[in-house]
Amino acid sequence: MSPPAGEPRALLGDTVGRLFTGLVTKEAIEAAEKGAWPDALWQALEEGGLTLPLVPEAQGGAGGTWLDAHVIVRAAGRHAAPVPLAETIVASWLLAGAGLEVPLGPLTMAPVRREDRLRLRRDGGAWRLDGVAARVPWGTRAAHVVAVAEADGRPMVAVVAAGAAAATPDRNLALEPRDTLAWQGAAVRAAAPLAAPGGLGADAVMLHGALVRSAQMAGALESLLRQSVGYATERRQFGRPIGNFQAIQHALAVLAGHAAAAGIAAERAFAAAEGGDCAFEVAAAKIRAGEAAGACASIAHQTHGAIGFTYEHALHFSTRRLWSWRAEFGSESAWALALGRHVTARGADALWADLTAR
Amino acid sequence: MAVFHFALTELPPEAESLRAEVRDFLATELAGRTAVRRARSWGGWDPEFSRRVGARGWIGMTWPKRYGGHERSFLERYVVLEEMLAAGAPVGAHWVADRQSGPLLLRFGTEAQRERFVPAIARGELAFAIGMSEPDSGSDLASIRTRAVRTDGGYVVNGTKVWTSNAHRAQYAIALFRTAVVPDKKHEGLTQFLVDLKSPGITIRPIINLAGSHDFNEVVFQEAFVPEDMRVGAEGDGWKQVTTELAFERSGPERYLSSMALLLELIREQQRRPTERGAALVGRLVAHMTTLRQMSLSVAGMLQAGENPNLEAALVKDVGTVFEQEIPEAVHALLDLEPTIDTGDMLAQTLGYLVQRTPSFSLRGGTREVLRGIIARGLGLR
Repeated sequence: MSPPAGEPRALLGDTVGRLFTGLVTKEAIEAAEKGAWPDALWQALEEGGLTLPLVPEAQGGAGGTWLDAHVIVRAAGRHAAPVPLAETIVASWLLAGAGLEVPLGPLTMAPVRREDRLRLRRDGGAWRLDGVAARVPWGTRAAHVVAVAEADGRPMVAVVAAGAAAATPDRNLALEPRDTLAWQGAAVRAAAPLAAPGGLGADAVMLHGALVRSAQMAGALESLLRQSVGYATERRQFGRPIGNFQAIQHALAVLAGHAAAAGIAAERAFAAAEGGDCAFEVAAAKIRAGEAAGACASIAHQTHGAIGFTYEHALHFSTRRLWSWRAEFGSESAWALALGRHVTARGADALWADLTAR
Repeated sequence: MAVFHFALTELPPEAESLRAEVRDFLATELAGRTAVRRARSWGGWDPEFSRRVGARGWIGMTWPKRYGGHERSFLERYVVLEEMLAAGAPVGAHWVADRQSGPLLLRFGTEAQRERFVPAIARGELAFAIGMSEPDSGSDLASIRTRAVRTDGGYVVNGTKVWTSNAHRAQYAIALFRTAVVPDKKHEGLTQFLVDLKSPGITIRPIINLAGSHDFNEVVFQEAFVPEDMRVGAEGDGWKQVTTELAFERSGPERYLSSMALLLELIREQQRRPTERGAALVGRLVAHMTTLRQMSLSVAGMLQAGENPNLEAALVKDVGTVFEQEIPEAVHALLDLEPTIDTGDMLAQTLGYLVQRTPSFSLRGGTREVLRGIIARGLGLR
């Protein structure tokens, strides 16, 4: 394993970009949508030390920072990589933070909806897991599920093997698995109190799930911009490239603005995650990127015309992901409500001081 | 194709200690000031306030000390600007001179011009107007027709400038005139001049805006004499200089904070009568605001690093003005509230004030269409 820690972040970006460019082809994404597991891609990611950036080297990870993770997750979004890389990064971080061993292979995390609750109970010297979690990303594909569950009112992190749950497969708009997992006294491989810098709460999965989705969306938005500008430059109508028309130019300028805003909001949230207390920045990032997702998908499709509405064209690999990702781990409206309540509780006179203190 | 990159920018500790000083100063200066007055933002004109800001060393912060500047960083300057704007301080009497006239003179002016004007600007004593637009030249700035013709010891100027904010109360303007007509090359033959607005041959007429306020003017030049030593830069260099000046204009934080006073009143309303829809709106607007602040800060970081963030500044301004304009609309959509002028509660008055100002947000200093054209060029589409 060649750890990315200590590598300059730009170099890490180049490495990740090259890996995805080589392995996440249109054919590979299409095959994944039909249910194939992109094993070569996953192996390359593991061998490159890219799946466990936040796990200390002593525990088999790369010993990097959240900003390293940002580079990887954003690239995964940019390339529409059909693997649970973002989920594995968060799940392995939760495990390592709790002092638990991190298994190899793809990981996922649960629950991913505010209303789902899981419970741990003691069974002699072991733990058992109960509860139902809906729409678990890659729930039937991951080798292990990292669950945040309550034991005697205390948040715990537990790792359970795939197959320990009764699974009902489902998928999101991008045909990524989003499965319902039901555990009834399932055997737990290991469990420990949830502990990490900043004192994580039971919402750790929601929070960090929203964090990685915001960066994936930022990456996908960059892809929309690149594809749309490329298409507008090549496609000719009325004797000139359509990018010569002011209507197209201005629409793409708007797309560029949304993409840039989502990008810095996401990166800012990862920087905050490094310090632990990132709820404000994650809310802002998920809201901003989610709002950009809808606006930019609309502009990108309008620019591409009918060809972009076909399965044949690759644009939809990004837009279908954006339409699902913006609703996962809390939609813009859910996060806006939470953030707005927080801001109101702090009061108008605290707003500017709070904004500038972060 | 370039994807715009906005790097995260951290403020250094000296900038944060400066922030505390500015906050203390503003707490005293603005005590008891109502939201609707704060909403005037950089439209607020108070020469005495500007002198006190100058005395604190907060004008011309990045300029050389020998011209009255303070040789502080762009990031320190950024903190002062954002604190002033967030608080709704009446910065109008020094805003333009600090933002663009001073930097322009430092860059393109003669030594004599720098010594004469720049220290007075830094003291907050000298206000400037901008003479760019004309009746037939708005976004198409290079089509201006006001002529400056050489004469003994200077130039004779004839023509008309419009939308000249503060011409009736500033001492000077930096104006763009045509010194030569080059057929089919309208960007050539343009030259910038320092104009003493009290000189003979200059008539300043108010243009009342739709809200009944007098901020901008028509400035008519009839055989007005401008001395040779008031020319800024060489004859014919005006276009290059004016585009540099407009880049100074676009790079600040004043392009997303214009409706701050209304956002604060909305939060106060939520504190009094919380609703779910209101909370969601507050959360959404705050998410946008904090993101725009990071983008704006990133532009300041690029300036500090000696980079040229013209494209990024245009992009922040475009995104920022959409946001500023959206706030009054969103507040209206949320509440069953009639906007008022000088009656009703502070929320209704601030809404009434800002609703009527929003059209100008995406016009002043380069329209939305001009900015999007600049961004499209950056994307390689033009």
